[in-house]
Amino acid sequence: MPQLNMVQAINLALREAMARDDRVVILGEDVGKDGGVFRVTDGLYEQFGAERVIDTPLAESAIVGAAIGMAAYGLRPVAEIQFLGFIYAAFDQLLTHAVRLRTRSRGRFSCPLVIRTPYGAGIKAPELHEESSEALFCHQPGLTVVVPPGPYHAKGLLTAALRHPDPVLFLEPTRLYRMIREEVPEEEYTVPLGRARIVRPGNAVTVVAWGSMLQRTLDAVTGYDAEVIDPMTLSPFDSATLLASLAKTGRLVIVHEAPLTGGFGAEIAAIAAAEAMLMLRGPILRVAAPDLPVPLAKLVDHYLPQPEQIRAALDEVLRY
Amino acid sequence: MPESVLQTFTITRLEILDPAGNADPALLPSLSGDELRRLYYLLVLTRTFDARALALQREGRIGTYPSVLGQEAAQVGSAFALERSDWVFPSFREMGLHLTLGYPVHQLFQYWGGDERGQRTPDGMNVFPISVSVGTHLPHAAGAALAARIRGDRIAVATYFGDGATSKGDFHEGLNLAGALRLPVVFICQNNQWAISVPLLRQTAAPTLAQKAVAYGFSGIQVDGNDVLAVYRATREALEKARAGGGPTLIECHTYRMADHTTADDASRYRAPDEIEAWRERDPLLRFERFLARQGLWNEDYAAEMKGKAAGEIDEAVRRFEAIPPPTAAEMFDAVAAELSPALKSQKNRLA
Ligand SMILES: Cc1ncc(C[n+]2csc(CCOP(=O)(O)OP(=O)(O)O)c2C)c(N)n1
Repeated sequence: MPQLNMVQAINLALREAMARDDRVVILGEDVGKDGGVFRVTDGLYEQFGAERVIDTPLAESAIVGAAIGMAAYGLRPVAEIQFLGFIYAAFDQLLTHAVRLRTRSRGRFSCPLVIRTPYGAGIKAPELHEESSEALFCHQPGLTVVVPPGPYHAKGLLTAALRHPDPVLFLEPTRLYRMIREEVPEEEYTVPLGRARIVRPGNAVTVVAWGSMLQRTLDAVTGYDAEVIDPMTLSPFDSATLLASLAKTGRLVIVHEAPLTGGFGAEIAAIAAAEAMLMLRGPILRVAAPDLPVPLAKLVDHYLPQPEQIRAALDEVLRY
Repeated sequence: MPESVLQTFTITRLEILDPAGNADPALLPSLSGDELRRLYYLLVLTRTFDARALALQREGRIGTYPSVLGQEAAQVGSAFALERSDWVFPSFREMGLHLTLGYPVHQLFQYWGGDERGQRTPDGMNVFPISVSVGTHLPHAAGAALAARIRGDRIAVATYFGDGATSKGDFHEGLNLAGALRLPVVFICQNNQWAISVPLLRQTAAPTLAQKAVAYGFSGIQVDGNDVLAVYRATREALEKARAGGGPTLIECHTYRMADHTTADDASRYRAPDEIEAWRERDPLLRFERFLARQGLWNEDYAAEMKGKAAGEIDEAVRRFEAIPPPTAAEMFDAVAAELSPALKSQKNRLA
């Protein structure tokens, strides 16, 4: 089995899907000859040609809007948005059309498209290249929001997303693209959407973290009897795994790199408060970025939650 | 009923200097010898800044940087036509614009060094912060122009963007608004032929970008973007027309991006080397030097003197930039709102 990083694993998932199913087409800015600015689509243009790996004009609303039409027509478009921070022009298409096409047409039309985009901070890039606005998308009924944690799961989750009958937003943590190498089977497999995984079992406290905060959380909990949950799919959220864990630990800390207020951590906290109230022994704590736009390189380390903040939250909740 | 022709249109291209530096005297803008030499210095300063920024990036002293190599004339020539009271909405590849307007050089390094304090425009300068999101600032230019008219201020607004930006919805919405309301906006497109790896041909089926103005009811012109005098003349005329109530203009500066898209890009993956070579002949600095030499305003000694002066100015700016202490965590909160909410205050206290 080859040892791949996440860029290579996603590339492999796309390559296999395109070879197997000629409905799968890729479109986006610089995805063709250039192979994508992170090289995720490298070599696919050469292998499948310009009709299946389509370099589009610089127009996010057109990319997502066209993908909706392609999907409704019967293709399986994979739209790449170069960075999450540039999806906002396509927000209209996504919210006004993609997530409601099935409902609005009472099931006559559907929108099986995948939007892939780099996500998250910590690569010291210019403004809008480090957004983590996942909560905006989790609020949209009908949209599945996935954050793969590493190469193996990225490939399986993307393969599942490509078979999913409704729109999927696939948020690829940029900082992890080349950080982790894992064994990735060359044959096809799926990792189911909508299911969390327990990355590290424990008994004293449940910690939920995703994206680039997952690794930081795993490092921070060394020495604690903490159970770490990676949701992988944020929406729909796998509450069953969370609740089973809380039944054991009775304590909950949520870590995310997005700003605190209205972040997806609030939703998880609300689920726990509503459904596990009597199991909880202490307050639900969130470790998140402050309510600020992501700063540029010189301050981004101050912005992102640090291991000490995670440990401080663990210490606090363990006092109960 | 016979069919009839409702509209026809033509698009002109303005070029004043030929590659050898000969000028068409009928088109020469009236600029004094001092002004011509100032233009030359600004071109040299921009090129010097650019080379230094690339070097600093390679040494890890600043972050990702988008080179302006080859586009100096489009930026300097257009900016030279602006009045101090005009408002400017740049995109992210206009260091020549900033340098011409007198934006503090060390702040440009600061910004590309990952410190947003570099984006605080000095008081009295009406330059919006760099827009990294492509094309999204065009409607702002229309809005500022509308405000100026409401206030009765006789100013013009200029906004800068690339060929890629012309594909964005905001380009069309901005131009349409400006056209419909006849707003004093000059839309300055630096058509450098590429939007990262996507060539103009893949961006639009229109043979010129200038003609896009026609659909919005105002005029568009293509200028040789490597001819600083042509860019200056076209921009000055468009600005004067705007200030006089004549409405918007789209100027397509036909130029070329000689460098990689940014320091994070490798243009050799998608661009043939002979294409770059062909454009080398049309270097905007060379052409202007040849013109100045014919006017008796330029020789090698003078060029060396100007290059030395520019290097000195850039050295000083780099020193100043590197002497600035890094921002503190507390400073992240300084400009997020006029007044910090109680929640933000406690977040600030926790991090500071
Ligand atoms: C809305 C948006 N989408 C994508 C990007 C990523 N990106 C940065 S520059 C660029 C190409 C821009 O091309 P153009 O407008 O021609 O300007 P140039 O870079 O050539 O100066 C792209 C795709 C972005 N910054 N903003």
